[in-house]
Amino acid sequence: MKVQVTVVPKSGVLDPQGKAIAGALTRLGFPGVGDVRAGKVFRVEVEANDAAEAKALAEQMAVKLLCNPVIEEFEAEVLG
Amino acid sequence: MSSGARPRVSVVLFPGSNCDHDAVHAVETAIGADARLVWHDGTDLGRPDLVVLPGGFSYGDYLRCGALARFSPVMDSVRDFAENGGPVLGICNGFQVLCEAGLLPGALLANSGQRFLCQDVFVRVETIRTPFTADLTKGDVLRLPIAHGDGNWRAEEATWDDVVAHDQVVFRYCDPAGERVPSANPNGSHDDVAGVCNRARNVVGLMPHPERASEEILGNADGARLFRSFAAGLLVGRSA
Repeated sequence: MKVQVTVVPKSGVLDPQGKAIAGALTRLGFPGVGDVRAGKVFRVEVEANDAAEAKALAEQMAVKLLCNPVIEEFEAEVLG
Repeated sequence: MSSGARPRVSVVLFPGSNCDHDAVHAVETAIGADARLVWHDGTDLGRPDLVVLPGGFSYGDYLRCGALARFSPVMDSVRDFAENGGPVLGICNGFQVLCEAGLLPGALLANSGQRFLCQDVFVRVETIRTPFTADLTKGDVLRLPIAHGDGNWRAEEATWDDVVAHDQVVFRYCDPAGERVPSANPNGSHDDVAGVCNRARNVVGLMPHPERASEEILGNADGARLFRSFAAGLLVGRSA
């Protein structure tokens, strides 16, 4: 199965990259662009019996390696 | 260390470290150390008096700076050494590795100005209760070079309260006179923090590079004061 973990800087944590992107989007004329968080996406092939097991694995990967909870937050999902 | 013996220093070499030889050279010249490089893939630190995690770009800074180096086999030994009170100094990327490994509080984010910075900075000694500052004076100002893209230290609020309560800020950015002014902070780090220590005070990490400023012939020997402080502590059997 394939799982996806999305990691972004926590709200309240300065994200210079996101800030620069927000500025660029505004300059391009997109109306009302607010906070932008620039992060990372990991798509991982895993062996799992069902979606719940796959999601649990993705969450463990995030906690142990993919996300640093001091500065980042994550979402784990199963792509199927 | 027995009296008169040379301090034994192990410098850990990760794939992508690039200040390892500088660190070896600096401790050899500053304190006459018997220094060796230790490859990250082993677990034998070689009974050192001091472990240095050098600067560089371990594992290409993939994922997060220091995040992958933390899983190198040698880090189990570094952790054991540190937990038994052994002095550990993390410089730049070494600081990032120690934070990722949970041996130091906080984390290092991209510089607030979004640029890699390579310049001299001034830092103020905030505590002398570490092996590397014990022979300095609180308030001493050191000029040291920085070279980093991710030096913006921060901690969660509860962690920060702990760091302050336990006097764990070791260095803060300042101006040449030792004053904390916004323009002296190069990377946006929280409360001008340039270096911190653990609760037990034997593990210290800092973004500036003392090993690059340890000889008069290089125009600046301020960094040698950290190594000399450590060596002086060994001679008198001072613990962290």
